[in-house]
Amino acid sequence: MTSPLAGYLLVAALLFAIGLGGALVRRNAILVLIGIELMLNAANLNLIAFWRFGPHPEALTGMMFAIFSIAVAAAEAAVGLGLVIAIYRHTNTAELDKIDRMKG
Amino acid sequence: MRTLSPIFYLLAALTLAGGLATVLLKQLVHCALAVTVAFAGLALLFLQLDAQFAGFAQILVYIGAVAILIVFAILLTHGSDLPKAGVFSKTWALGLVIAAGVFAVLGWAVLASVRAIPQQNTVPTVTVHDIGNALVGRYVLPLEIVALLLTAATIGAVIVAMHEKERPR
Amino acid sequence: MIATLGATNPFFVNLDQIFVLLRNWLVGFLPAVLRQAAGVLLGVIAIVCVFPGLFALTTVFERKGLGRIQNRIGPNRVGPYGLLQPIADGIKSLTKEDIVPLRANAAVHFLAPLVLVVTVFMGFAVLPMGRNMVLVDMDAGLLFFFAMGAATELSVFMAGWSSRNKYSLLGAMRAVAQMISYEVVLLLSSVAVVMITGSLSLPKIVAAQNQYTGVFPHWYIFTPWGLAGFLMYAIAATAETNRSPFDLPEGESELVAGYHTEYSGFKFALFFLGEYLAMFSISGLGTTLFLGGWSAPFSFLAWVPSWFWFFGKVMLSIFVFIWMRGTLPRLRQDQLMNFAWKFVLPFTLLNLLVTALWRFMGEGWARWVVCSAVLIAAYVVMGRLEMRSEHFGRRRYRYAE
Repeated sequence: MTSPLAGYLLVAALLFAIGLGGALVRRNAILVLIGIELMLNAANLNLIAFWRFGPHPEALTGMMFAIFSIAVAAAEAAVGLGLVIAIYRHTNTAELDKIDRMKG
Repeated sequence: MRTLSPIFYLLAALTLAGGLATVLLKQLVHCALAVTVAFAGLALLFLQLDAQFAGFAQILVYIGAVAILIVFAILLTHGSDLPKAGVFSKTWALGLVIAAGVFAVLGWAVLASVRAIPQQNTVPTVTVHDIGNALVGRYVLPLEIVALLLTAATIGAVIVAMHEKERPR
Repeated sequence: MIATLGATNPFFVNLDQIFVLLRNWLVGFLPAVLRQAAGVLLGVIAIVCVFPGLFALTTVFERKGLGRIQNRIGPNRVGPYGLLQPIADGIKSLTKEDIVPLRANAAVHFLAPLVLVVTVFMGFAVLPMGRNMVLVDMDAGLLFFFAMGAATELSVFMAGWSSRNKYSLLGAMRAVAQMISYEVVLLLSSVAVVMITGSLSLPKIVAAQNQYTGVFPHWYIFTPWGLAGFLMYAIAATAETNRSPFDLPEGESELVAGYHTEYSGFKFALFFLGEYLAMFSISGLGTTLFLGGWSAPFSFLAWVPSWFWFFGKVMLSIFVFIWMRGTLPRLRQDQLMNFAWKFVLPFTLLNLLVTALWRFMGEGWARWVVCSAVLIAAYVVMGRLEMRSEHFGRRRYRYAE
């Protein structure tokens, strides 16, 4: 692992796996959303690393993609957390195991 | 070929420690603060990669807004009451296996293919002026669509989370 | 005669650059490889010494000022006219017992004041305090400043939550809600300045204002959009630093002391320091953006050193903060948020439009008239819209039966 690009990509992959693990393993809905945010951040790191070490950094493609991704992730976090708050008001719980009204 | 500097190892360790703490800690507010540390570590990694605008935007948006959103949501859903059955779901082992599998595949892909990419060694000088020109030049359509998306998301989030008016029974 | 004492006179040029020359002389003793790092380190040491020193001066300034406004004298026992009061305050806060509540979250409780002070100090790195006197000349300097301001809010929440005290939590929630609402206003009113200057770099913004037509300077506050922008910025700055009339989160009669109820001794002193440093920082940015930074008010005063003008303007802003605290009554939380979202934010967005109009109308008197007319009409209309629900008339008294 001597090239810097591989280093950044591995960190991004590990962070993505940690976020995915968090989203799959925890009970609370908010932690699932936090895991999703970590995954989006890992993808951003990937984008910026490829922008930096790729062939045409002056085209700014990677940086632009990352900036739009930050904006969209913030919007999605807002809507997701609003949904969790609304669900909490109805069912009085934020645990995913208990929110199973559509089952059965 | 340049090698990774010790600062990169430090920042990577900080970010990954923050991420791990987020998914492993029991108290929700501690998890929110740990994810803020992860965001800060990532912002510093962006600065290390000469992407200053992205780094500062990351701090401004993620630490300044998303982290505070998460904290407000935790407080409004009484996240400090820990569930009696523990914080990990019943199928936690399967989730761990899936995450490990994903990391294995991604890691193998990175290590096996990175030789094919031409390595850029010169530092790109990106001014805010260039980013501004790109935003209203080549990327004006994505900019307008993101503006529409953000408006819809703001209105939607407010409506979803608003207190419902009491209907007369 | 005064013209010959102009800014090109070598004595005044040296006086203007005296701190830069001092740093270069000190750094010259070191080998060449260490010079840049040592220069930056000296700058950091200077900031860490000067601004807390100003903070000490401001605490006694504030207590005397508030005292005179409230028709009393203020501290006058320690030193001549009470000027050595900060030393007494410092000794008191350093020797007080550090009480941490038993059920408080110890790690977060400890870290909150540290995070606050560190992020507030970082904001000083991009302020140009004189000609050639900026610590780091970043291309995206303004964005860095706002990023540091955004990080401050999290420390307020950390302080309130970790104390496990309902009053602290309530104060912290109010403070954070207020800060994020007015942060949008702060950013948008600065965007108008960036639009006209074409750069996010603070030294460039000051250089763009450092020109004179005849005797009068080109400061942005002397333009219609600049005046509106400065007023919105000042309102947002008062709310961001939780100063009166927006100090409900730490109102003593409401919430004991808000989010810093459970802090005593040195940690409380750190919070106090952080609040005042935030005031300096935001006033420094306001003078850089709207009041011309380190440039002199009249061209014939350009011989006075630039750092004198910068610190003079910052202290003037602090004086206005103290004046507002002594004069205006506190706003209620819902009045405050209403004001932000229903009046200040739309007005700031309109200001952006007016700034664009100014830029594209070209030089001449026409743009002054049009821009001023639009802003004044909007202010009157929006004010009337907001005041529709108020009933003005004779005061009615209700007595207990």
